[in-house]
Formats: sequence, structure tokens, C-alpha cells
Amino acid sequence: MLTLFLILYPAVAAALLLIVKGERVKQVALVAALVELVGAVAAFAQFQPDASSQFGFDYAWINSLGIRFSAGIDGISVLLVLLTGLLVPFIILSTFNRQYDRPALFYALMLFMQAALMGVFTARDGFLFYFFFEVALIPIYFLAAMWGGENRVPVTFKFFVYTIFGSLFMLVALVYLYYQTPVTGGHHSSAIADFYQLKLTPAAQGWVFWAFFIAFAIKMPVFPFHTWQPDTYVESPTPATMLLAGIMLKMGVYGLIRFILPIVPLGVETWGKTAIILSVIGIVYGSIIAIRQRDMKRLIAYSSFSHVGLMAAGVFSQTETGMQGALIQMLAHGVNVVGMFFVADVIFSRTNTRQLDQLGGITRTTPKLTVYFMIMLLGSVALPLTNGFIGEFLLLHGVFTYNHYLGLAAGFTIIFGAVYMLRMFQKSMFGPTSVRTGTFADLTSSESLVFVPLVIMVFWMGIYPQTFLKVTEPAVVNLMKYIGASAVSLK
Amino acid sequence: MKPELLCALIPLFPLIGFLINGIGFRHISKGAAGAIAVGAALASFLTTAYLFGAFMGQAAFRDDAGPLVATLFNWISVGDLQINFSFQIDQLSLLMLLVVTGVGTLIHLYSIGYMKHDEGFGKFMAFLNLFVFFMLLLVMGSNYVIMFIGWEGVGLCSYLLIGFWNTNTSYNNAARKAFVMNRIGDLGFLLGIFMLINTFGTVEYIDIFKQATSLPVGDSTILIITLLLFVGAMGKSAQIPLYTWLPDAMAGPTPVSALIHAATMVTAGIYMVVRSNVLYTLAPLTLEIIGGIAIATALLAASIGLLQNDIKKVLAYSTVSQLGYMFLGLSATAYTAGMFHVVTHAFFKALLFLGAGSVIHAMSDEQDIRKMGGLRKALPITFITFLIGTIAISGLPPFAGFFSKDEILAHVFVHNKVLWALGVLGSGLTSFYMFRLLFLTFFGEFRGTEEQRHHLHESPATMTAPLVFLAILSAVGGLLNLPGGGWLSRFLDPVFMFSREVNPTALTLELDHSTEYTLMAVSAGVALLALVVAYVMYVSRRAVPAPETAERSLPEQVVYNKYYIDELYDTIIVRPIRGLGDALYSFGEGLVDGVVNGVAWLVRQSSAQLRLMQSGSIGFYVLAMVVSIVAIFALRFFVRF
Repeated sequence: MLTLFLILYPAVAAALLLIVKGERVKQVALVAALVELVGAVAAFAQFQPDASSQFGFDYAWINSLGIRFSAGIDGISVLLVLLTGLLVPFIILSTFNRQYDRPALFYALMLFMQAALMGVFTARDGFLFYFFFEVALIPIYFLAAMWGGENRVPVTFKFFVYTIFGSLFMLVALVYLYYQTPVTGGHHSSAIADFYQLKLTPAAQGWVFWAFFIAFAIKMPVFPFHTWQPDTYVESPTPATMLLAGIMLKMGVYGLIRFILPIVPLGVETWGKTAIILSVIGIVYGSIIAIRQRDMKRLIAYSSFSHVGLMAAGVFSQTETGMQGALIQMLAHGVNVVGMFFVADVIFSRTNTRQLDQLGGITRTTPKLTVYFMIMLLGSVALPLTNGFIGEFLLLHGVFTYNHYLGLAAGFTIIFGAVYMLRMFQKSMFGPTSVRTGTFADLTSSESLVFVPLVIMVFWMGIYPQTFLKVTEPAVVNLMKYIGASAVSLK
Repeated sequence: MKPELLCALIPLFPLIGFLINGIGFRHISKGAAGAIAVGAALASFLTTAYLFGAFMGQAAFRDDAGPLVATLFNWISVGDLQINFSFQIDQLSLLMLLVVTGVGTLIHLYSIGYMKHDEGFGKFMAFLNLFVFFMLLLVMGSNYVIMFIGWEGVGLCSYLLIGFWNTNTSYNNAARKAFVMNRIGDLGFLLGIFMLINTFGTVEYIDIFKQATSLPVGDSTILIITLLLFVGAMGKSAQIPLYTWLPDAMAGPTPVSALIHAATMVTAGIYMVVRSNVLYTLAPLTLEIIGGIAIATALLAASIGLLQNDIKKVLAYSTVSQLGYMFLGLSATAYTAGMFHVVTHAFFKALLFLGAGSVIHAMSDEQDIRKMGGLRKALPITFITFLIGTIAISGLPPFAGFFSKDEILAHVFVHNKVLWALGVLGSGLTSFYMFRLLFLTFFGEFRGTEEQRHHLHESPATMTAPLVFLAILSAVGGLLNLPGGGWLSRFLDPVFMFSREVNPTALTLELDHSTEYTLMAVSAGVALLALVVAYVMYVSRRAVPAPETAERSLPEQVVYNKYYIDELYDTIIVRPIRGLGDALYSFGEGLVDGVVNGVAWLVRQSSAQLRLMQSGSIGFYVLAMVVSIVAIFALRFFVRF
């Protein structure tokens, strides 16, 4: 039942928020999101580390077809539920010093988005998953299209059409899978657990693989399906960018783990190498482009594209370390990328620019911002004892185990990551001040408050990752059984 | 006290010091900040000394004084892969611990005087403590991943401290260069760890080394593992081709150069190889490669040092060169000799850097030796101690460097005569550039400005006391391991137990005493000759190096410009990657996006065409229907589905 609360409550809160007037709307939205956070943390804390689905519910939905309104939290979902619950209140808090037109609608859309994301990460029915997958697109589309930058209309339109286009392939695959399930009680089943039992022919597995892969690859995005992403990240208002990069792209990675690996293992055996190569190309390609970016947001967008490539590669490595790495890195990356975008937002709010060549010397007046920026940066470049290291270490081990050369190529992320992140840090924080940065004011207390939980997560996950690894482990072990023969075990 | 607790305390002190000074550095007075930082380092040193005593006591009545492994908690656990957060106390880590905390404490003390006037004093002391914390993790870890935490952590501190004066763009660039170059090495290290995991199923030293003893010498997996790990060592310990960051790292405050870029961090690569000694003993080919790289690095850096005019740059190239010597020793499986040189080098190079810092302090931040001269009168303590350091590094008896360098060269002589000859040549170069530095700085006439002359003063006691301590250590450090099986050889012996098991002959030195003494005489003679040449040039003839703008002969110009290696890297690596980044951004992205837009265009076009088919003509619809039905039947006939 907790799952039902986690999905429905933010949607209800969003609807109620629309009737709140005036300045209070921010506070109300924050309180609403904090309540959801309590729910998510409760789910995480009470989660029994085994392979079962917990806190679930199961209602009839479209009875004649056997489609059910069924969701629950298992080891694959649990960290993403935590991520969604954790980030949204702090994304809302990050807007406290900013003004957006029609705030009630703005915050309602964010909460509505949260509801849809919770649905995606907990759905136990294939069509319910698809439903939430598409519903999540609506609030983010309006957030980007109504509050975005100058070029928002064509950019968001492209983003919308591109992702819808991708998910249609997934719908076809889902319908196909539905008809492959045995008939019981007069209808087929669309339960994801029943999809896992299917023994599809290799040919069918091949095209189902691609149908899912294209949908998820566009969402993440994986090279070469990424061209919507940098523009969308740059044009969207920063809170929407945080939702996109922090949580929404994980829908793609989650989909790979939830659907592709267990349902079409033979498809992965045939096409996994192609997918992993595309992912690794994305890692290197994205980070080389990031080295040359001048706009902070665009730079972070390309770095995010590069990082997500590593997660995809880790999943397709079909190793336990790769899988665990992907799960923990989704949480870590969400935390880090939101922190980085918030740094860009803080700088933009004071200087009205994100262009690195117009910044510099900010550190002279901002001890707090410098420290928080540095910590988020260290997480992003995967320094040991920060969250990024745990994820990247496991992911790179997975990819290296799959293929040494791909592991080496993917490993360039730790070099290039240092290059572009330190360049961004140096150009904005160090050196002489510019006209715009001469009187830069340090973080306000509400801005500092956004960073505090992020920093705690950076170090908690880096120093004692077992808190998170042990809840996902049984589910990963279970998943490895489906991959079966094609799995590469340690040693 | 429980050994686990004791082990945990050693890195905990500097961590607490870092947190106090780091969080409160705007509110803590300079005096208190300095006391906290020095106190933290000193507490670590005292705990280490206590642990050392306890360990030795145990060794006295037990023969099997194996390593003590203290597990704090299970850090990363995924399937069969278990990585513990645990420390290993054995002879090797104790030796490193003593050096790091001992020399570290002295340099912390020195920094109080040196950085007194800097507004970032508290921050500086906090970073020094953080560095010590990570360095302790590096040497105390009981597995490769804990070592890697320290490995990357000291890299971070190095970055923060090189760019400490962050308003200066070239300093920031030097800091970034150091971090990125180290990261290149770290990738090798990381892949090496992955191979270790996949080969042995664990990252713990003890388990890996035990399993490794069953492998044959020359095993190909071990070859690759050792090479990958050595790539990491190249980055951290500044070997060709990853050495160019170290001279640039001199942008940092001088105590940083002494602590991080001379005495401790840069020797991490040697520590790592010695720690993995059984793996390297199993891979003779890797050792040959290390030998080649090491001698090339030693000579290249020494030759650049001949013509440098910045007091810290000379010492930096000297460090690169000395690190080459240490690896040269390791390549001849002279692991003890390599560690011996690590220790003595920590003494005399820290001394030399701190001495240089004292000179720079007195000269109002002047670093060009062409503008110094005659300083021995104004800076007597600095002069005497610097002289001791110079004699020690030049390999002249009876100071520390003589013993450690000769032990390395003796092993190399047995291993490979050519490498030995080149090594002796390098030791001559060392002696020359060091005495050149000494003579130009402390002898002759003062060449600086009137204002600087007016300012000249000996440094305060917080700075001279560490100089005196280190000078004593540099003078008597050789006693640690006198020729013919000294204390250090016996002490470190258990560390090489597995190495001896896989290759019993590798670790013994087959050299009779008369040859050994001859070798010593030869290298000391060469060093002495170089000293005399330097004396004649810079004291008798009072030569002063030419100014920047002077005409130079072609070979001289090449060496003066450091063989243009930085320019080479810029041309073949940095600029191509930047160009690629620009090309991919403007052209590649356009191409990929063009395909996407092309698909969209195609859909629009074909839908426009398809729309025309809905003409409203019944005849056309019927025709289409009939054709379709026929087609379906035909398809069913040929293809059964």
C-alpha cells in the first residue's frame, strides 16, 4: 500500500496545489514533497533485502484484457524510488530565490511529474509501465515549453516527438509479448513477471530487443539517439533540467534492466555487443565534446550523456558488478547532476550568464559555494570515498570483464571527466574576476540547504555504500538467473 | 590498546585536523590553526612510533611476525567481490608510516613560519592534514582499492595545493595538468586492479600474493597486471612519459613541494611496486621495461637540471631523476635498496626544498639563482643544512645518499653493466647540478637588488628547526643500512618472503666485497670530479648562467627548453583532442542530428504522398483492395506464418 501512496499522493497534492494562491505556493509544494520524501525513505528503510516485490498493490484495471493496476517495490526499484523522493523536494527548494510565472501550475507540474516517475519505477504490469512512461512526458513538456529559454518551442517539440516516437516501438513489443503469454481465465497477461517466463525464439528476441532498446536509448540517451538532449537541457528552466537529468533519464536505464535483460537474454547475446559499443562511443564522444563547451549547462548536459553511456554499458556487460554499478550509479548520478545544475543556476542567477569566458574569480567571495561545488565535482569525477567512485568502479569493472578493450575505452571517462570538470571549475571559480563576478554574493541559507543533503549523499554512498548495495543485491542475483548462460561470473 | 583502534587512530588524527581547520578556518586564529595541524601530524607520528615499538617487541619473541590486518568494515561487497576497509601493518607499511608522519610533522612545523603571512593559512594547514590522511591510507591499506583511495586522494591534495594561489592562471593550469596526468596513470592502475580481481578473485594483498606464488615466472597475465600497475606508478612517480607535471607542480608553496612533490607522494609508485614485489619478481620482462624507462628518466631529468636557473625547478628535475634511480633499483629486484633510497631521499630532498624555501623567503620570493649569490653569510643555518643535503644527494660519503645510491648501483651492476655505467654517469650529473645550485646560491657575490639585500635574514626557528632535524637525518641516514646486510635489509626481509619463494636467486646480491668497494669508489670519484668541475666553473671562475634572451647553441637550447616535450605533447595530444572536440561538436553533432531530421522529413514527405492516395475514387479503392488480397494469398502460399 505504501507504493500506492507514493504514486497517488503527489498527484493529489499537485491537484490541490492549483488552488493555492500567492507566495505560499512554494512552501506548500515543499512541504508536500517532503511528505513524499518521508514515504520514500520509509520504503527504503523498511525494505527487506530479498528478491521479492514489497509494499505492493494489485487491482483490476482493464479486466477483459487482464491488464492490472499493479505496482510494488523490489530491489531494482528501491533506489530509484528513493532517488525520486529525495530529489524533488530539494529541486523545489532550489527555486526559492527564483521567480516563475504562475507558480501554482509550475509546482503542480513538478509534483505531477514525481507521481508519474514513481509509477514508472514501481509498475508491475507492462501496460501500466507504458502508461506512466508516457504520462511522465506531459508535465516535463509543459515545464520546458512554458518556462524555458528563447528557443524553447522547436526544441521541446523535437524532444516530445522524438521520445514519443521511441516509445511506440516499445508499445509494439509490449503488445507482442502480451499475446505470447499463455491464456488463463480467458485472457493473456501483461504482468512483467509473466513476460519473464516467456521463451521467445531467437528471431523474436532480436526484434523485441531493438524495439525496447530504441525506446530506452532515446530516453537516456545513448549515442546516436542523443541530439535532442543538449538543447532540451539548456533551454529548459533549471528545475526541469534537474528532473530530466536527475531522474527522468534513469527511466531508460531502468527499462534496460527491467525489460531487456530478463525478457530477451538471447537478444542481448546477439545484439548486446552492438549496444555496448554504442554506449562506449557515447562515453568518449560526449566527454570529448564536453571539453570544449563554453556554456555551463551544455557542458553538464554532455557530461551527463557521457555518464549515462557508462551505465548502459555496465548493464549490457551482463556482469553482477556492472548491474550493481548501474543501480548505485543511477542514484549517485542523480544526486551529482542535480548539484552541478544547481551550481550553474546559482551562478546564472547572480551573473546572468553561463558562459565560462565571462566568469572567473568567483571563489574570492564565496567560500560556501566553492566547497559545495568542489564536493559535487569530486563526486562527478568519481574520486574515491565519493558516491561516483563506487558506481564507476563497479561499472568499469563490468565493462572491462566483458571486453578488455571496451573497458579501456570506457575508462577514458575518468581522464576526460577530470579534464572538463576541472576546466569548468577553474574558469568559473579561479583566476581573475570579470565584470560580472566582481561582487558575487555567496550562497543564501536556503541555497546552502539544497546542497547539504546532496553532500551527505555524496559521502554516505562513497564511504559506506553497503547501505545501498545490500538492498539491491538479492534482486540483482535473481536477475542474473534470467540472464543465465550468457552471464559472465566473477573469476 | 587494541591494534585495530590504534591503526584507525593514525589516519584519524590528520582527518580531524583537516575537518577542524577546514570547516572553521575563517574563525580559528592562525596560532591555533597551526597548533592543531602540527598537533594532528605529531599525534599520528607518536601513534606510529608506539605501534612500531609494539610490533618490534612482538617480532623479538616470535619468528612468524606476519602482517597485522585490521579490518574496520566491509566497504564494497558485490557477489564474490569483497572489498574491506582494512589496514595492514607490516614492516613495509611501518617504514612508510614513520617517514610520512615524521617528515610530515617537520614540514607542518616549517609551514607555520613559511605561510605565516598568507591569508589562506588555515586552509593551507587543513589541506596539508588532508594530504597526510590520504597518504596514510595509501600506505596502510591492506588491499589495492584502499591504496587506490589514498592514491587518488593525494592527487586531489596535490591539485588543491599546487593551485593554492588560485588567482594566478598559470598556477591553476599547473594544478590541472598534475591532476589530469595522474589520472592517466590512475586509469592504468584501475585496470590493473580489475585484472587482479578477475585473476585472483580478491584485492587483498595477502591473498593475492599467496596465490601468485603458484604461478610460473613469466606468466602472461601477471605481465599485463604488472605493466598496468606500473602505468599508475609512472603517473604518480613522474616517469617518462608522464613526468612533465612534476616540474610545473613547483607552482605550489614550497612546503608542498617538499612534502608532496619530493618526500612522500611521488614515492608512492615505488612503494606500490615494492608492495607488489612478488608480482614483479614473476614478471622479468616488466622489470626490464621499468629499467629502461627508469634510466632514461634519470638521465633526461638530470640533463635538464644542468641548465635550469629556478632554484625549485632544479630540485624538481632532480626529484624526477632520483625517482628514476629508485625504479632502476627495483628493476634489478633490489627492492630493499629502492626503499632505502626512498627513505634517504625523503630526508635530503625535503631538506633541500625546505632550504630553498628558506632562501626564497629571505629573498622576498625570488627564485632565480642568477639573482642570488653569497647568501651563506646572511643565512648560515640554511647554508650549512643545504650543504649537507647537497653532499647527501650527490652520493658523496659518508652521508645518506651515498649508501642508498651505491646499494642500488651495486645491484644494477650485477644485473646489467650498461645500465650501471649510465647510472654512474647520472650520478655525476646530479653532483654537478646540485653543486652548481649550491655555489650560485651561497657563494660569490650577491647579485640581487639593493632592496633584496636589505631584506636578507635568516628564517625563524619554526623553519630552521626542521632544517636541522632533516640535516641530521640526511647525515646519518646511511646507518640504517650499511653495506653487507644492514638493519633495514633484515627488518624488511619478511616482506619479500613470497618473492624469494618464486625466484630464490632474484633477491641475493652476488658480489664480492672488493668489487663492491671498487664500485663505491668509482661512483664517489665521479661525483667528486663533478663537484670539482662545478667549483672551478662557478666559484673560481665566477661564471653566472646566461640571461633568458642570450644566444644559445642548438643542443644547449634544446636542453634549456626541456627538449620541447611540453610543446610536443601539446601538438600531438592536447590540440588534436581539442580539435576533435570542436569538430565533433560542430560537424559530428550536425551529422547525427541531420539523420534524425532527415527521418522526420522522410516521414512528412511520405505522409504527404500517401495522403494523395485517399483520392475519394471508389474504383481506385477497389483496385487496391483486390491487389492486396491477391498479395496476401500469394504471401501465404510461399511463406507459412
